[in-house]
Amino acid sequence: MKNLNSVLVMSLLLVLCLSFTSFAQVTTIDFLNFSSSGDNEVHLERMREIFEEQNPNIKVNIETVGYGDYFVRLMTSVVAGTAPDAFELNFENFAAYAMKGTIQPLDELIEKSGFDISVSDPNALAAFRSGGKQYGLPFSFSNVIVLYNKDLFDQAGVSYPTSDWTWADQLDAATKIRALGEDIFGIFQPIQFHEFYKVVRQNGGSLFNEDMTKFTVNTPENVETLQYMVDRVQKHNVMPTEEQLSGMGDWDLFAAGRLGMLVTGSWAFPYMMENCDFDWDIAVEPGNTAKATHFFANGVVINKDTKKAEAAFEWIKFLSASKEAAEIRVKAGWELPAVTHQEILDMYAATTPPESKSVIFESLQYLVTPPVIEQFGELSDILGRHLEDARDGFVTPQEALDAAQAELEMRITL
Amino acid sequence: MGKKLTIFLFLLPSLVGLVLFSIIPIGTSLYLSLTEWDVIGGPPKFHGLKNYLQILKSEEMARILGNTLYFIVLYIPLILIVSILVAVLLNNSYKGIGIYRTIYYIPVLTSWVAAALLWKWLLNPRYGAINAILGWFGIQGPSWLQDKTWAMPGVVLSSIWKDMGYFSLIFLAGLQGIDKSYYEAAEIDGANAFAKFRYITLPLVTPTLFFVMVICIINSFQLFPQVMVMTEGGPGGATQVFVERIYNYAFRYYKMGYASSLSWILFVFIFVATIIQLRMQKRWVHYDS
Repeated sequence: MKNLNSVLVMSLLLVLCLSFTSFAQVTTIDFLNFSSSGDNEVHLERMREIFEEQNPNIKVNIETVGYGDYFVRLMTSVVAGTAPDAFELNFENFAAYAMKGTIQPLDELIEKSGFDISVSDPNALAAFRSGGKQYGLPFSFSNVIVLYNKDLFDQAGVSYPTSDWTWADQLDAATKIRALGEDIFGIFQPIQFHEFYKVVRQNGGSLFNEDMTKFTVNTPENVETLQYMVDRVQKHNVMPTEEQLSGMGDWDLFAAGRLGMLVTGSWAFPYMMENCDFDWDIAVEPGNTAKATHFFANGVVINKDTKKAEAAFEWIKFLSASKEAAEIRVKAGWELPAVTHQEILDMYAATTPPESKSVIFESLQYLVTPPVIEQFGELSDILGRHLEDARDGFVTPQEALDAAQAELEMRITL
Repeated sequence: MGKKLTIFLFLLPSLVGLVLFSIIPIGTSLYLSLTEWDVIGGPPKFHGLKNYLQILKSEEMARILGNTLYFIVLYIPLILIVSILVAVLLNNSYKGIGIYRTIYYIPVLTSWVAAALLWKWLLNPRYGAINAILGWFGIQGPSWLQDKTWAMPGVVLSSIWKDMGYFSLIFLAGLQGIDKSYYEAAEIDGANAFAKFRYITLPLVTPTLFFVMVICIINSFQLFPQVMVMTEGGPGGATQVFVERIYNYAFRYYKMGYASSLSWILFVFIFVATIIQLRMQKRWVHYDS
């Protein structure tokens, strides 16, 4: 009799336990990201708090890994079958993950949840589409503009850059600023893969043919482009050589007041606001025969094998399109939210310096995106190596690009 | 039987580690080297010896081999001379010798990442200590890590600094194993310090020298952390070496099969280099008996 009693009590307890869990039904999702590493983890944490308040049945477990180690960490977890439910990808790596089927298309989830996609910035949204399907929602975007030191421009008696400037105007201004002193330089624009694929477009060139089936790295337009970039260092010396730079970062050089113009990303603003004690502003990058400016985007995606796709979608939707998340971003100066909410954009425009925030949006008219190929890392390393050879004067631009073309044809499958 | 079982049980903990973390990965990498595998997109595809042929034919192979040899040619003589000298100095018994021995060993215990960052600054062409010191003698120092020719010598300098303490310690052990009576006999015959070093110390330290050379060659082929932190293979590929390439192919270019083949080629190089050294040792190594 005693035995029977305890069995009864036990089974009653069991039933109670089971029903409790089904009542609460809290889903915990894992989220892996790189872009909050460094100074922005607190802001992401704030976004999570607001999200969990709004969605009491979803808990988010955030893991942040620095960009340098991020893709190794992500790749190993994908192989081990322990990939997070949702994670961040940058545009350059997004293609490989979409093409290899590691992440899932979101179209059904978008439709089912009635998410109004028009609140997302169309350029950023398009960046995460592949084969006609939407694989990711934009997390943030940024572009590259010319930061300029107003004081140095005034001292050299040069008028400030405008949107119609060409390479020649920029070189002219850089030369006049360089003349101000031995340690003052006109401009800095790194000679590396990420700059090169864009600058060739400013000269009507491209690294690939139209349908991306062949490399066109050593065309006359591209050789002319590289010559122009190298000449600024070697011939005019308006840009410091590696030796003159001596390991000093380009941002520091600008913040030290020794640089007239710096071609860099909008992500530099918080740093410059803190470190520059002179007047500075921004302008759209000049072109030669055409205009072209960078566009970088980070997106949030959902693991193909997750069982919590719906909860994960709620979270990435919040990160990508909610006013709350966007507001936190803008206030923190943490890149730019990819949303179309007018008051958020107004709030962004109102934070200065730089005075001419509109330049950010104007630049979007000329945007070029990084080439989307599976062997992106290898491509950028190979071309980068040859560009460095030309930059340091070991070979001529023609020789460097001929060698790059040959090596790329052999090593990269398009 | 019972005894064998006991032995086996005692060995088990380390055997498990060995099998799990060495034997199985080695076997797997041999298989992967015969496949094409991008890691994130499904299982490996078998394609025979293609990776090996592609690597051996590539210009890159010639470049990384050339860079490795450049490193070896500079590093081996320098590290041997410097660490023997330090060992001879430390083989005295003046006051506070323990402190000196410790000081020389500190770099060995330092993490390579920290040491490499430090050397990056020491080698800074404009503000670095190395070029400042060269400047006192009226020498205009090179741009070191930013210069294609001088980047590898820069890496070599940092490696000498870091490894010197370790190899001096081994040499010191070798020196202390030499019977004092040889020196006494030589002194009676009127040998000076140089003669004693040349005809007693050097021959009797050759077994240690041999060991150090084998280890140094293996380490040189496996050159990695200093390159990764100081130059990332640059400028213009001037410091690209085996392990740096293996890392990039495996974890940045999504080519695990190719990276595995490259590791096996590295293994063959180290293996052959060691065999050659073992064969050659009869000609110059004296074992004291």
